[in-house]
Amino acid sequence: MPGFKTHLGSAAVLDRDHVDTDQIIPKQFLKKIDKAGYGEFLFFDWRYHSNGQENEDFELNSPETKEASILVTGKNFGCGSSREHAPWALKDYGFQVIIAESFADIFFNNCVKNGILPIRLSKAEIQNLQYERDGNLLRTLRVDLEQQQVENETGEVFHFEFDPYWKKMLLNGWDEISVTLQQEAFIKKYEDERIVN
Amino acid sequence: MSKTIIDKLWDSHIVVEEENKPHLLYIDLHLIHEVTSPQAFAGLREKNRTVRKPELCFATMDHNIPTVDRFNIKDETSRLQVQTLEKNCAEFGIQLEGLNSELQGIVHVIGPELGLTLPGKTIVCGDSHTSTHGAFGALSFGIGTSEVEHVLATQTLWQNKPKQMNVKIEGELGFGVTAKDVILWFIAKYGTNVGTGHIIEFSGSTVRKFSMEERMTLCNMSIEAGAKASIVSPDEVTFSYISGKRYAPKNQDFLESCKRWRQLASDENARFDQTIEIDASEIEPMVTWGTTPSMCLPISGVIPVEENSSSIEEKQSLRNALHYMGFKGNEKIEHIPVQHVFIGSCTNSRLSDLLQASKVVEGRNVHPEVRAIVVPGSQAVKKEAENLGLHQIFIDAGFEWRESGCSMCLGMNDDVVPEGERCASTSNRNFAGRQGKGARTHLVSPIMAAAAALNGKFTDVRSVLPKKEQEVDRYAGV
Repeated sequence: MPGFKTHLGSAAVLDRDHVDTDQIIPKQFLKKIDKAGYGEFLFFDWRYHSNGQENEDFELNSPETKEASILVTGKNFGCGSSREHAPWALKDYGFQVIIAESFADIFFNNCVKNGILPIRLSKAEIQNLQYERDGNLLRTLRVDLEQQQVENETGEVFHFEFDPYWKKMLLNGWDEISVTLQQEAFIKKYEDERIVN
Repeated sequence: MSKTIIDKLWDSHIVVEEENKPHLLYIDLHLIHEVTSPQAFAGLREKNRTVRKPELCFATMDHNIPTVDRFNIKDETSRLQVQTLEKNCAEFGIQLEGLNSELQGIVHVIGPELGLTLPGKTIVCGDSHTSTHGAFGALSFGIGTSEVEHVLATQTLWQNKPKQMNVKIEGELGFGVTAKDVILWFIAKYGTNVGTGHIIEFSGSTVRKFSMEERMTLCNMSIEAGAKASIVSPDEVTFSYISGKRYAPKNQDFLESCKRWRQLASDENARFDQTIEIDASEIEPMVTWGTTPSMCLPISGVIPVEENSSSIEEKQSLRNALHYMGFKGNEKIEHIPVQHVFIGSCTNSRLSDLLQASKVVEGRNVHPEVRAIVVPGSQAVKKEAENLGLHQIFIDAGFEWRESGCSMCLGMNDDVVPEGERCASTSNRNFAGRQGKGARTHLVSPIMAAAAALNGKFTDVRSVLPKKEQEVDRYAGV
């Protein structure tokens, strides 16, 4: 996986709280056995009417947000099921950064493991971020993981917290399993001493 | 120093501990199902890796399988997913209890009933309701597919230790109030993200009196409160449930294990980051009316109206929920008609759930405008229920009696609720589209679902039965 260092892109605003993984990708798309091609099903029930036509009222269907690579949303994003199909769909659709007030724990981990940067900012910060909002679009945000900051068009800078270990993993795009397998001696030792129920 | 059960379990599973790093934790049991595992096995194959400890893995198929004519999976992609699990388990040497096994069932039902779920274990599964196993004093949580692959390859996970919350439930539950109502009430009061970043220990006299099946229902839905995991300190109720289970320790080993398990309980005065105290006597039978589990009211409740919202965001989310659910606001819960009733899911498909529901429906008829199904959580639950004649009670009343699986909880198979129709469901999530596009889910306990099936609308289960029968056999089927 390529490392994540900085990202420059436009952001789509999905002004909703508690967006659950059933909305991000509905269950009928969880039957595939590979990781590719979920983007077309992202937010399926919101994006499309029952007759298959696009729902023009949905935030991400407005022409100006279609190129967005950053998603800005509310609190508890990604709650519900552990389905990693949710970040696979977001990434395949083109999102590389998600900025939210808060994330559900499993979803947050699933993003990091797929090279998507989930950023927590406070409600006030997210509002300030949208200073130059045009409909549901923020024209340009610059995200820097090393510096742990997001900069908007007006040059205002917002700092975010990030776990140092997962930051290093993301910056370098390291394969987590390879890293863990370097601990083989410790795993083996634990297994040798482990009490089996 | 005093420790919580969470501290004890965490500390005893640390493989690597270094500064500025999460802990590398050892995983004692990895449960696997067909939906979240294929890409993990493919990842192993791609990198030419093996499964480190196949004997600590256990697989079944539950999410995607039919509950009628179960060997005939008509949908091609579903069939391929099930076949892929068979192939992966065979290739990597993992025990699979598939469709033709009498041990098959919903992964969170069979883990406990087979004695795989034991106190003191770390348990993971690519499913958010893995929190269920915490009922046994195990540290158990749901993971994504990348983590499934990581556990397959290394039998470990890197984890930052979450904060700890003590949810203390004291007092007597009223008639007709179940463990399901307790967890729904908790989420209604404290919200769907009260537990984010935390592991919850459920403690207190109410929890101590709960059977293991009630504890499982409680822990099952802690993920709906946002918690990483939840746990109940093990006690004699736990040990007596485990005794004699297929893969549990036997004889002297069992006694030795019990001795160790007794040490796991949280020490007195152990420190939690947060404590919430609940008076069980306040809780009533609950019904969700919206599109998150926190949109939930007692059966006597009235659906809120937009005007009473305190903020713009709340107003917007209320408007969306009311619109999706087909309400204007101000409707009485007791006036809501239902067209479907689903008794099943990893929350409420165990023997005691079916037994309690059967007492409500016995000798009565399902309302003519309701389609009601019972989906036992496992083949073992189905068999036991049939031995007790419960299937006949349900069938005579007009229910369909199905094969075991996740079924209408998430509608990945053919068990879906049609657009615009309502379902009284004993499952765990009422998200928009969860049971089918446009389907309107109302979460309830098994006895409330049974009462709704009879009357074609939500009904206070306490009015359905005479008082002495209201005390449904809470401890049956422990």
